[in-house]
Amino acid sequence: MPDGNAAPAEPQGLLRFLTCGSVDDGKSTLIGRLLHDAAAIHADQLDALKRDSQRFGTTGADLDLSLLLDGLEDERQQRITIDVAYRFFSTPRRSFIVADTPGHEQYTRNMATGASTADLAVLLVDARKGVLVQTRRHALIASLLGIRHVLLAVNKLDLVGFDRGVFDAIAADFAHFARELGFVSQAAIPISARFGDNVTAPSPRLAWHEGPTLLGHLETVEIGPTADGPFRFPVQWVNRPTGDFRGFSGTVAMGSIGVGDPVLAMGSDRATRVKEIVTFDGNLTRAGPGDAVTLTVTDDIDLSRGDLLVDPAARAEYADQFAAHVVWFQDERLVPGRSYWLKLGARTVLASVTTLKHRIDIDTGAHVAARTLDLNEIGFCNLSTGAPIAFDPYATGHETGAFILIDRYTNETAGAGMIAFALHRASNIEWQALTVSAGERARQKGQQPAILWFTGLSGAGKSTIANHLDRRLNELGCHTMLLDGDNVRHGLNRDLGFTDTDRVENIRRAGEVARLMGEAGLIVITAFISPFRADRRMAREIASPHAFLEIFVDTPLDECRRRDPKGLYARAAAGAIPNFTGLDSPYEAPEAPELRLETVGVDAEALADQIIQDLRRRGVIG
Amino acid sequence: MRHTKLPADLRQLESEAIGIFREAAAEFARPVLLYSIGKDSSVLLHLALKAFHPSKPPFPVLHIDTKWKFREMIAFRDATAKRLGLDLIVHTNQEGLDRGIDPVASGSALHTQVMKTEALKQALDRHGFDAAFGGARRDEEKSRAKERIFSIRGAGHSWNPRAQRPELWRLFNTRLRPGESMRVFPLSNWTELDVWRYIEHEGIAVVPLYFAKERPVVRRGGAWIMVDDDRLPLEPGETPERRRVRFRTLGCYPLSGAIESEAANVAQIIAELRGAQVSERQGRLIDSDGDASMERKKREGYF
Ligand SMILES: Nc1nc2c(ncn2[C@@H]2O[C@H](COP(=O)(O)OP(=O)(O)O)[C@@H](O)[C@H]2O)c(=O)[nH]1
Repeated sequence: MPDGNAAPAEPQGLLRFLTCGSVDDGKSTLIGRLLHDAAAIHADQLDALKRDSQRFGTTGADLDLSLLLDGLEDERQQRITIDVAYRFFSTPRRSFIVADTPGHEQYTRNMATGASTADLAVLLVDARKGVLVQTRRHALIASLLGIRHVLLAVNKLDLVGFDRGVFDAIAADFAHFARELGFVSQAAIPISARFGDNVTAPSPRLAWHEGPTLLGHLETVEIGPTADGPFRFPVQWVNRPTGDFRGFSGTVAMGSIGVGDPVLAMGSDRATRVKEIVTFDGNLTRAGPGDAVTLTVTDDIDLSRGDLLVDPAARAEYADQFAAHVVWFQDERLVPGRSYWLKLGARTVLASVTTLKHRIDIDTGAHVAARTLDLNEIGFCNLSTGAPIAFDPYATGHETGAFILIDRYTNETAGAGMIAFALHRASNIEWQALTVSAGERARQKGQQPAILWFTGLSGAGKSTIANHLDRRLNELGCHTMLLDGDNVRHGLNRDLGFTDTDRVENIRRAGEVARLMGEAGLIVITAFISPFRADRRMAREIASPHAFLEIFVDTPLDECRRRDPKGLYARAAAGAIPNFTGLDSPYEAPEAPELRLETVGVDAEALADQIIQDLRRRGVIG
Repeated sequence: MRHTKLPADLRQLESEAIGIFREAAAEFARPVLLYSIGKDSSVLLHLALKAFHPSKPPFPVLHIDTKWKFREMIAFRDATAKRLGLDLIVHTNQEGLDRGIDPVASGSALHTQVMKTEALKQALDRHGFDAAFGGARRDEEKSRAKERIFSIRGAGHSWNPRAQRPELWRLFNTRLRPGESMRVFPLSNWTELDVWRYIEHEGIAVVPLYFAKERPVVRRGGAWIMVDDDRLPLEPGETPERRRVRFRTLGCYPLSGAIESEAANVAQIIAELRGAQVSERQGRLIDSDGDASMERKKREGYF
């Protein structure tokens, strides 16, 4: 210690825990109590609390400790908590970071967020109600997110006369169902959060309780090493000051490393050895999990952000397909086939869910058949990435087995995933290279293959303009094919309806067919409503070797309704056609189409000519 | 250099902060470190040096100068920049000065709005920064408890609590659309006590105003205000007296309340804090108009 003052002991490490409970189980009161008793609350905050207790409190003349926690103005007015909040307190033994997750509809999303960084979960139950469906839900999510320690806090013992029988029955009930969830440690502790019994100090009213207080348990529970697998080091930032220093900065994700140890870069499979472990405070001889360091290596190998250095004797997986649990965060549902940014460690790649195998009913743990995932649902899926990536199963290592999915349009964090296992190509079909290339086929026809993707409302004029265009191109000697949405639905896609999922699959198949035809050297014209931006982007990606022109037939809804060539709007309005685009199913207009056609007052042939001119300008046709 | 072996909890916080710095430096085109000269900024700067060593931090340092900072702060800022060879940008809202905005006559709310919030936006826009590191901590104030480590700001730097992205593991979604920017808070999970303990272990220099000393002060609104120069208009009956005081947070001197204290070094501050009865924001007059006021200021773009 720097001077002779009797400084109190320094905390021995940090415990991150999560609290979960149903509304009114007393979660806020419990956290408020912990903060209060650990003196993390200051006098001025206590004054504010006294004022607030009188204004908004639910505890009569007493302090309402739960009011310490409601953070945002919106929430205080509505008396609900809408997000994960982090609280801090410390005792001479440990420092604590509490992730406080509210219990209502956004529950799964918030709890998964809080759980992702937690070592332990405190599950709160009301002694009068015992273990409820929600308690099972919380325990299941905690287990899925890989939390290894749980503490069941049986609250409001004051309301059941501090009865031991009530507590024992709840504890036994919990122990029974938690057994299958694979926690490393589980404990049940009786408390009264409101009156402080057995929270931070033992209570004479709970003299029958033999174990520690709730805080006592949190202070002493052995968390054990959380990342003790083989060495993993994601390169986060390449450190190149001027001069010849070249280091790789990152945080050890798992295992440990010493100077001279062999390492291997996944993907390139280049092997080398660690030369130095550099830090601001001098070089180290070893670094372990969680250490933020800079490595230099003995060979001049090319590494960049996103690469993963591993122990050559225990390599990570390297694949472009894997199975994972995915928790969905977005209002817009998860639909297989759409593509998202996937971020894992320091690597970001394009990815899509190829198959949704099942959804997990979080109340029962049952597997339920599903085609989409809604906000707050959890599913088990196969994913495929645009390029192979290095990873571990989440059970082996959280840092190298967890990912987030990011919406490519809104940039929202759409979901989070935990990898279960790699799917290897062996079980898939190899791509067979063709001897005659697409370029040769097209040259023979004297043209560039291209996909002219029409999009617009029903009745906008897509088919009419497309047909005129097709005719004109043929007159010019071009080789074309027109894929019409309605026609394709008679054959190839006759198994599909008009739900969001089926619409995605409809477009995916059309994209694949267009791509094949492009490979044959054709100019392909498609006329599908294709209402969703994400799906048009998907079609563009599928067709990506070829020129892709999105042609937006921009006719106002009122005009389409007025035209109503097939009488569909009238039938839809009468309720005969559900999910009709423009009425009860949205149309997302393109933001940057290659071509936008305004049709009102212009005839279809003139519009087709306009497209021909554009194709000439782009060099698609001569 | 380290004075003593860093305790495990601080080491974890340090590694986490370094990881955050590197992530942002790798993902953003033009980050900047907001340097307010206070203790949190000192720690932030120290961590930035660690994160990129042996390189220098790959971003400049920005100070928003309201022209009402304590003289000792400015001296400390300039000495620090010189010692570390920092690329320091100092920005003042000149229009605000021209309009005669000052913390005493204009009141703290307007002064903060114009000389801090507006000034910050001007500087960020002028230099095209897409990410700004700040030293804010979640334990400072209730509305910050839910703040993200990577906090997205819309066009005009507005903060929308409902648009914030969930943060899982150490995976930060850093993608921006045009006009958006990010505020990045490497000290999110630190407490005031952690900051001081870290300063002690690492031997980090801080502005001497944090240490108790006899200073000329007047009593205003329940706080001791230091008479740092002759611009502070004295109210009738007010005469500066000498008191042994120190500051827990530093800002514009007419808005920073000192506390009476005997803590004259870091170890004594830590001892004082361990028995502390008043939270640090108490000394910041800008918050005293109600708990929700910070949230409103954030929505307007205050850091
Ligand atoms: N009798 C009693 N009431 C409690 C106890 N803990 C919490 N409460 C009350 O239960 C209600 C809900 O508590 P709160 O902490 O807001 O619940 P949350 O929704 O889980 O955060 C409040 O009126 C509390 O005062 C307890 O141990 N005993």
